Amino acid sequence: MSGMTDKKNAFRDNTMTLLAIAALAVFLWQAPRILDGYKVRIINLIAINAILGLSLNFIYGIGGMFSLGHAGFMAIGAYVSAILILTPEQKIAMWFLDPIAPWLLNLHAPFLVSLLAAGFFAAFFGWLISLPVLRLGGDYLGIATLGFSEILRVLIMNLTPITNGSLGIKGIPAHTSLWMSYGILVAVVFGTVRIMNSNFGNVLKAVRDDEVAAKTMGIDTFRTRVLAFSIGCFGGGIGGALMGNLITTIGPTMFTIAQTYSILMIVVIGGLGSITGSIIGAVLVTTMLEWLRFVENPLTIGSLNIPGIPGMRMVIFSVLLIAVIIFRREGIMGMREFSWNWFFSLFGSSKPTKGGERV
Amino acid sequence: MQNFISALGLGSLYGLIAIGYTMVYGILRLINFAHGDIFMLGAYFVFFATIQYKLPWALGVVIAVAGATLCGLLVDRIAYRPLRDAPRISALISAIGVSFFIENLSVVVFKGMPRQVLQPDFLTRPISLGDVKLIPLSIMVPVISFALVAALLWMLYRTKPGLAMRSISHDIETTRLMGVSVDKIIALTFAIGSALAAVAGIMWALRYPKVEPYMGITPGFKAFIAAVFGGIGSVPGAMLGGLALGFIEIMSIAFFPTLSGYRDAFAFVLLIIILLVKPTGLMGERLEDKI
Amino acid sequence: MRKMVLAVLICCLFACGAAFAADDVIKIGFYNCLTGQNAFGGQLELEGVQLALKEFPEVLGKKIELVIVDNKSDRVEAANAVTRLIENDKVSAIIGTYSSSLAIAGGEVAEVGHVPVVATSATNPLVTQGKKYTFRACFIDPLQGAGAAAYAYRNHNFKKAALLVDVASDYAVGLANFFKQNFTKLGGEIVSEMRYASGDQDFSAQLTEIISKEPDVVFLPAYFAEGAMVIKQARDLGAKFTFMGGDAMDNPEMVTLAGEAIEGFLYTGFAYAPDMPDMNDVAKKFTENWYKEYSKDPNANAALGYDSYLLIIDAIKRADSADPEKIRDALEATKDLMTVTGATTFDADHNPQKDVGILEIKGGKKVFAGTIVP
Repeated sequence: MSGMTDKKNAFRDNTMTLLAIAALAVFLWQAPRILDGYKVRIINLIAINAILGLSLNFIYGIGGMFSLGHAGFMAIGAYVSAILILTPEQKIAMWFLDPIAPWLLNLHAPFLVSLLAAGFFAAFFGWLISLPVLRLGGDYLGIATLGFSEILRVLIMNLTPITNGSLGIKGIPAHTSLWMSYGILVAVVFGTVRIMNSNFGNVLKAVRDDEVAAKTMGIDTFRTRVLAFSIGCFGGGIGGALMGNLITTIGPTMFTIAQTYSILMIVVIGGLGSITGSIIGAVLVTTMLEWLRFVENPLTIGSLNIPGIPGMRMVIFSVLLIAVIIFRREGIMGMREFSWNWFFSLFGSSKPTKGGERV
Repeated sequence: MQNFISALGLGSLYGLIAIGYTMVYGILRLINFAHGDIFMLGAYFVFFATIQYKLPWALGVVIAVAGATLCGLLVDRIAYRPLRDAPRISALISAIGVSFFIENLSVVVFKGMPRQVLQPDFLTRPISLGDVKLIPLSIMVPVISFALVAALLWMLYRTKPGLAMRSISHDIETTRLMGVSVDKIIALTFAIGSALAAVAGIMWALRYPKVEPYMGITPGFKAFIAAVFGGIGSVPGAMLGGLALGFIEIMSIAFFPTLSGYRDAFAFVLLIIILLVKPTGLMGERLEDKI
Repeated sequence: MRKMVLAVLICCLFACGAAFAADDVIKIGFYNCLTGQNAFGGQLELEGVQLALKEFPEVLGKKIELVIVDNKSDRVEAANAVTRLIENDKVSAIIGTYSSSLAIAGGEVAEVGHVPVVATSATNPLVTQGKKYTFRACFIDPLQGAGAAAYAYRNHNFKKAALLVDVASDYAVGLANFFKQNFTKLGGEIVSEMRYASGDQDFSAQLTEIISKEPDVVFLPAYFAEGAMVIKQARDLGAKFTFMGGDAMDNPEMVTLAGEAIEGFLYTGFAYAPDMPDMNDVAKKFTENWYKEYSKDPNANAALGYDSYLLIIDAIKRADSADPEKIRDALEATKDLMTVTGATTFDADHNPQKDVGILEIKGGKKVFAGTIVP
């Protein structure tokens, strides 16, 4: 390809990206008007799941570190943010078994600050545990991080003066609006793309693909991994904080291994290592789970009455999950990424139907 | 002493379940998340056979083991075999899917309500030895477990299929070239693992006499930890890991009663320490990373 | 690509979720644990509600439609379920759910959506604290804990108590705490406080420790299935002390699960048992109809499901409207409504002042041993 077309394409791509963002903005602006709160909530959940998926994908797909501890970092983020947001009066009322630790009582911060704090705390803990456990490779790393997130859950349950134990925290203001979650999602996507295209991204991929070769080139592979791991944990913490501010109540039972599995599912279904894939995975998994609710409702077809069967939804969901993974073992996107080139080649020169943004 | 017997019973049950994880992992490098659910199915089958259909216990046990083995084979055939040459993570997700499937299908079919398992009287009549109280079951559980492990080890080291299994875990391709039907041996592995899980499920249902669709999650998870603890891939290691975990859980409470809320954390802290000191677990061999 | 998929999926959502609202129907939402760890309680409550629906299928001359949604015993799902009921199904009022942490998650959503919720058996004080739209059909744990402590100390003269608490359950942690406060206030002593986490099935280490401390009574604020296992293991270990529990132990399966071991077990619960003497008329009718419909014994959860429905129907009648705001105001003004578990009047925090009943297992049967005023 000549330099001329390259430049033209770059211009076209940037324009298209800006247009897409503008379309997304229009969609977000209109969504609360045309869609009811239930759908807005699901769309919101999609963004959060996409953020969580991207951050785990960064650790596992891009960094090649098998981590099963994501629920733990989410928990850190959710708790840090919740404790910072609540007012002292709310805290006194809620910690009615053991009073809250005095040094936490008067901490109070606005939402965005708490969100950043959530990310940094999660990243700090990620850095802390990565120092010993990143010496392990492969599945052992997964198991060690899993152990870490379970230990964390036990701590949350027992350290009542800090976390309110199993009673959890409630009454967190519902700060997670569509603007907030999608704004952060866009930032996370751009951040990830920037990192991947940067020198650090190349180093990271080199370390993932061949650690020995990377080492011989003089790369400090351990430091690279620790840094990547911490960045991923940062995303996990932010996702957890957003989740807490969407649901408005958190507790230790929310952050079990099942939570990690569902994020892992998003990443793998979408395609390991693919940013686009994680977003598609988040959309699919989230909407499927809600959409399949209809199988549990009693159905009336003519005079035939089929009573709803509780549990049927998850049965069908798991069958679909297994089917997707068997027939598209690399995930939907594989390692590929969305690009405007690919997008236009899909439709030839005809104007693409961009219904998505206008729904 | 009381605690010692409790720990022995709990530990040997963990060990039996852990063997299933360790054998499958040793061969396929796959964490078979559905294993805990096979364990649950084993318990349910024995419940239905003996309580709903009033069959004698011995027959019930045979049916349960056969049923669970069949389920284990089906899981392998449908959800894992098509993914043999796929990235390992795909098989892992498939395993999670299977686990969801079995659990939720059980909720639909068996209903969410826990059911009671009737314990035969001769197993539960308490006996006192000095100030230690125990029921015959507490002795039976470790005895049967150890007997089964001994039988399994004999099979692994003294028979042809056992040899094939061990060789697959070293190099699957070379074994195939040697004329071994790899798929059959893998199926056999799943069958043995599932049968042992079913036995563990039956004994679990007798000792903690109820069955419910989610009963496999916690023991399955802990047995998996036990398998890693003992060195994943090693059968004696799995049993040792199971026993170690049983003792840690019971003794941590016996020695630090005020910290009983932190019981699960003890096991994990020790697990991480062991992994850091000796990444392959207590009895594991060095495995090459196949990522 | 992402947005196209989104578009397709949202269209599907529209197509399937399109609620055809008819004017001659009043919709009442029901969300509960129909699957997941708490399915045993949620399913009984559903059966209670369905019984009430059969008995009172109409209000204000309109048919009532019950919209049932599962929350999988999970907080995120609970919040989603309530959002769905309010936004998608446009229900007038909501019943649900078992488990306080789920009721809190659902209640927050209802608060924003301005639809009243009657929680069935969520007994934690936090559920209605500071809430405008959340009510409940059950009493709260401080009352129950105080009742249990008073009964143990006064009626049975127990002086030394031990606690065995599920640290992962907000219900257990809260109730144990209220028992402890009241028991020590009365002059009793807590000799041991042991913990376990939901999902554990082996309690022998904790029990061995408790046995060595020789308490008169062990307070066990567990759910019935776990509780039954604890009691059974304790008897196998030779424990002689009495066990006491809370309302979550009330389940027809409890006795079958624990067998003989449970003989003499005491627990606080709602003032209802199918064979209790001098039942009120509502309870009589409920019991009669229950046995016609189902082939098992009713329990407090079933009764509370039934009661929640009665509370809402009564409020709709008095409000003379299916408007959620008006129903809420009418609910708040509920006065002496006779329900299965006693007359209901809400206090300022939307908690009904109900009697705490004491139940005992005698001869393999649940026996009503009277009510207690803490």
